[in-house]
Amino acid sequence: MRKILLTLFLLAVVCARPAAALDAAAVAKLATGEGDEKTNAIAALIAEGDPRALVILEALGAGELQTAGNRVFIVKDGKATDAITGANIASIPPGAEDVVVNNRLRGVVQAALAAASLMSADRSMRLAAAKELAAGADPAVLPLVTKAFEKETDPEVRSLLAQMTATAQLKSGAPEERIAAIRTLAKSQSGNTRTILASVLETEKDDVVKAELQRSLREIDGRLAWHQRAGLAFAGISLGSILLLAALGLAITYGLMGVINMAHGELIMIGAYTTYAVQNLFRGYAPGAFDWYLAAAVPAAFCVSAIVGMVLERGVIRWLYGRPLETLLATWGISLMLIQGMRTLFGAQNVQVVNPAFMSGGIEVFSDIVLPWNRIVIIVFAFAVLAAMWLMLERTRLGLFVRGVTQNRAMASCVGVPTTRVDTWAFGLGSGIAGLAGCALSQIGNVGPDLGQSYIVDSFLVVVFGGVGQLAGTVYAALILGLTNKLLESWSGAVIAKIAVLVFIIIFIQLRPQGMFALRGRAVEAG
Amino acid sequence: MTDSVISDSVLGRMYGPRGWTMLAAAAVVMLVALPVFSLAVAQTSSFHLSAYWVTLIGKIMCYAIVAIAMDLIWGYTGILSLGHGLFFALGGYAFGMYLMREIGREGQYQADLPDFMVFLDWKQLPWQWWNSDQFWWCALLALAVPGLLAYVFGYLAFRSRVKGVYFSIITQALSFAAMLLFFRNDTGFGGNNGFTDFKRVLGFSVTSPETRISLFMITAAILLGTLVLARFVVTSRFGRILTAIRDAEARVAFCGYNTLHYKLAIWTLSAVLCGIAGALYVPQVGIINPSEMSPANSIEIAIWVAVGGRGTLVGPLIGAGLVNGAKSVFTQILPEYWLFALGAIFILVTLFLPQGVVGLLAQVRKRPR
Amino acid sequence: MSYRRLFIKRLAAVASVVAASTALSLSLQVPAANAQTKTIKVGVLHSLSGTMAISETVLKDTALMAFEEINAKGGVMGYKIEPVVVDPASNWPLFAEKARQLLTQDKVAAVFGCWTSVSRKSVLPVFEELNGLLFYPVQYEGEEISKNVFYTGAAPNQQAIPAVEYLMSKEGGGAKRWVLLGTDYVYPRTTNKILRAFLKSKGVADKDIDEKYTPFGHSDYQTIVADIKKFAGGGKTAVVSTINGDSNVPFYKELGNQGLKATDVPVVAFSVGEEELRGVDTKPLVGHLAAWNYFMSLKNPENDAFKAKWAAYAKSKKLAAADKPLTNDPMEATYIGIYMWKQAVEKAKSFDVDKVSAAMGGQTFKAPSGFTAKMDEKNHHLHKPVFIGEVKSDGQFNVVWKTPGPVRAQPWSPFIAGNDKKKDEPALMAAKK
Repeated sequence: MRKILLTLFLLAVVCARPAAALDAAAVAKLATGEGDEKTNAIAALIAEGDPRALVILEALGAGELQTAGNRVFIVKDGKATDAITGANIASIPPGAEDVVVNNRLRGVVQAALAAASLMSADRSMRLAAAKELAAGADPAVLPLVTKAFEKETDPEVRSLLAQMTATAQLKSGAPEERIAAIRTLAKSQSGNTRTILASVLETEKDDVVKAELQRSLREIDGRLAWHQRAGLAFAGISLGSILLLAALGLAITYGLMGVINMAHGELIMIGAYTTYAVQNLFRGYAPGAFDWYLAAAVPAAFCVSAIVGMVLERGVIRWLYGRPLETLLATWGISLMLIQGMRTLFGAQNVQVVNPAFMSGGIEVFSDIVLPWNRIVIIVFAFAVLAAMWLMLERTRLGLFVRGVTQNRAMASCVGVPTTRVDTWAFGLGSGIAGLAGCALSQIGNVGPDLGQSYIVDSFLVVVFGGVGQLAGTVYAALILGLTNKLLESWSGAVIAKIAVLVFIIIFIQLRPQGMFALRGRAVEAG
Repeated sequence: MTDSVISDSVLGRMYGPRGWTMLAAAAVVMLVALPVFSLAVAQTSSFHLSAYWVTLIGKIMCYAIVAIAMDLIWGYTGILSLGHGLFFALGGYAFGMYLMREIGREGQYQADLPDFMVFLDWKQLPWQWWNSDQFWWCALLALAVPGLLAYVFGYLAFRSRVKGVYFSIITQALSFAAMLLFFRNDTGFGGNNGFTDFKRVLGFSVTSPETRISLFMITAAILLGTLVLARFVVTSRFGRILTAIRDAEARVAFCGYNTLHYKLAIWTLSAVLCGIAGALYVPQVGIINPSEMSPANSIEIAIWVAVGGRGTLVGPLIGAGLVNGAKSVFTQILPEYWLFALGAIFILVTLFLPQGVVGLLAQVRKRPR
Repeated sequence: MSYRRLFIKRLAAVASVVAASTALSLSLQVPAANAQTKTIKVGVLHSLSGTMAISETVLKDTALMAFEEINAKGGVMGYKIEPVVVDPASNWPLFAEKARQLLTQDKVAAVFGCWTSVSRKSVLPVFEELNGLLFYPVQYEGEEISKNVFYTGAAPNQQAIPAVEYLMSKEGGGAKRWVLLGTDYVYPRTTNKILRAFLKSKGVADKDIDEKYTPFGHSDYQTIVADIKKFAGGGKTAVVSTINGDSNVPFYKELGNQGLKATDVPVVAFSVGEEELRGVDTKPLVGHLAAWNYFMSLKNPENDAFKAKWAAYAKSKKLAAADKPLTNDPMEATYIGIYMWKQAVEKAKSFDVDKVSAAMGGQTFKAPSGFTAKMDEKNHHLHKPVFIGEVKSDGQFNVVWKTPGPVRAQPWSPFIAGNDKKKDEPALMAAKK
């Protein structure tokens, strides 16, 4: 079907007629027809070569086309325009229904639009169109592509088009031409070249060409393997950065202060909910600045979690210093209450946190490897938080006090450090960092009352694995665990990978109870 | 050391003749009175003990055994395990295998293999199920598997002197890893659905009142036995060394004791007790599933002990009863808010009742107005 | 701290413990109080806390709404429904305990509840032993019939198989290769097993089927999405997702961000409905599919009424979701179940389980799906229509395909070996008792 359509379209482009009035019947069919009627209508519309047809198709692809009776119109941002004439319509007629678009139709529309913009004056549009068509690898577009290739001047678009024309020459042409085509294709970054070459290999008779095909396939396989390794490394670092964020706060409250805070996960959850609340405020009061809600959410999440943490410290944890295992139980109670509290406040369902536009999508490094922006931002964010925390601990007075109190509470107190206040501030800092983690996690996963529960085991393991009381240890532990997990996952599947990592940590700690980076001297026995 | 003062006073009472009297009284109630109320009293009478109460009390008694086991290792030896849910579940799974085989051809598929295996298109029993139709074998497994795992794990951990919070966290990781393992269908234990739909135990129908009350009585007897055993352990020389390890391990070691053996022994005993409790739990509750191994469950076990009063004998018993009783009640009368109540109890108990309910009782008695 | 203060503090703690135990003893006296007012107790057994609260809470509210509605219209046979709501807390043994409590202590006439298969498996022996009545409103893997349970959700042939057939069709994109992706537990495993057998019967080779599983609560789908991409290089690929509720958001976010579009690799999910998409930014997901027996976006008078009632109820009860009231398939199934129970009671003129159960067969109800759902005369499952919807940018579904009419459930899938001999009714087991 798509072939016929595109051939028709080709005709349309080749003998582009001057604009004529749109065929109203075709537009009506487009809106109310069933299955093939719609695709035929698309072909008919394109064959007319009217620029208005493209507008209608774009609206169709975006799901903006509606019908009421025989009228077809486009509804965009609450405003309706007549599909055929483009005239504004005062109000959307009652009983208007969306035109049903399914994936197949959307695919046809996208291909048609891409083919149409291959001749566009705008370079970025041509590039996007070429990418779209290259992914489809539809032989029907080849004549058009060849035509566009002749006219094209931009090198990037040209190379894409060249690959597509090469596909055509694979099956026809002299052996030398075929080999040239194979070489062109082998250089292509496109994901489907391997498939194309492999399918050609099955039918190829000529030995020389066959050898060339096999060589190219090996080359491509080698390249893909590298891409895959790169992708894996990125995935591991990304997972590591998430573990790091989740564990950093704990590295202070547990690692430095020795408080086993089972409600740590819930502080993360509070940070995520704060992000949600800030997002809603922005949506309600400053929709224009919506993309920047994170700028406000980050400090808000920090503050809210820090305050909750400080209240917990003053109210509960303070009374349990020196009794770490009892802290565990009390904070477990707190975590139950916080979870149920969120359920009562926000409902048991997950809430929606939308990625700002700049964090959606990803950079296409290779055609088969896309690095999502949200993950990149989180990696950067994790290290920024780490740097800020390090500066705070090493370069500020509070940090000095915290380190002093950790190392020798009695002595610190003697020289006038207000130890109880330092405890509160330090716990607040750790909790605030948990809030930051929540803010970051809201960008990649669920935001629901149970959010924290899924991170609590992991974050304790990271801190213990790295060595309690050691910031650097936490960082290495998070990255190593992230990478190991992803590496194993690609071999053995996600379930076994997770189990293997846990067993690995258990064995590691049994061999080296102090973690990777052990504190030396007295602190060891005191802990 | 106010800790030991309070617990000693309670202990003193429980270890003397008075303790034996109370034990005997409990035995009479559990083994004679309640069964009579359940079987002999007419269903319409308000003194009738319905199946609901029999299973509920039976379940709580299983929890109480676990709590005592936990108390031995945490309360007396000072090692907090967050993996006791794992040992409990392993015992349950071991005995559950036998119960699954006892279903025979009465499952949904009327096949020789357990339902879930038919479901997965397995043609024969996997190796783990060897001999699982024998009661004695599964009963042995229920003791041996948790015991062996605990022994190996404990040996490695104690030998490299993993202690305190580290130990808690790696036991938690162990339990978590096991949970993930058991969730997999390929592990061969029914995946997420676990074992259910039991029909018979030793040929008796699990739903008949007589079987129920027999299980109830066995559980009660084992609970009392555990209590006696625990009493024996903590009053022995061995128990004193355990307490000494809790209070100052380094000194005990300097005195020439190899603490590894002591810790390992009590740790393994504790795990075996959990296994027994798990094996008793499964036929009464009717299901065993990997979520028993979730970290939350193990933390809860510690909480029963803390609420009751650790380092005492009856404390864990009271704690398991109170917390689970409260849970059963609150989930009914306050379905939306019971977690608040439960959470608040944990916080209040740890803040204001460091010796748990038992400690409180002791104090109230010691300082009359 | 002085001893006196310490003592006062401890006294306060005792007081709270005493209060708890008083509540305990009070609660034991609650049942049996409403003898003279004509009421009938009905149980609601859905988790309101723990991991399943996310899905089940709303079903509890739906049930309460239906009860309120029935009571406002005079109740069932003149009896007002008195709901007994308990919280099994996503804890499977607690499900069994609560079921026993509802049946023996509260003596409820019927129970509406459960979501996960394991919770149903946990309560099933209790219902069979005490001859109770359970209405189970969620799609499941089949392979079960009990005389004490009525299944108002979909069996695999009412959800999974039509969806795959659609994706194989020209209109659905003509998929040739399949990734079967699920959370590692029984429902995905069984569904995928049925689908694998079905695909093979349609001539799909083993190398064109890739089965993948993730642990519960898995939140990092980077590798999996990359693998899907790689697999899709080999031809038109579709993904069948049986990922459990909570892991869906991370999966879809990853899918969107790695640029896998529905036009290239469509994902059809069986556990993703309007509620699950509440927490997702749906713009990158437009075109991915879900198969259900009901969608909120269906246009018919019954559904309009259902949605309006739910919105009004959520608002009047100040439910957390009131600002964006959503309806979904399990809610509809709960609602149908409650009304069919009412009709069956009125037909049987009794609350007796056996009589009601006998009267259930053949009950019909004009459901919000716009079709008349019918309880099968024999197999305790509903005849339901199947819809396939594509995600729209507003989180609703655009119905792109539907069955011409209600489909009869096949709890014993013909694609599992040995099931052809199974009797499609629970009578056999009942006779054995």
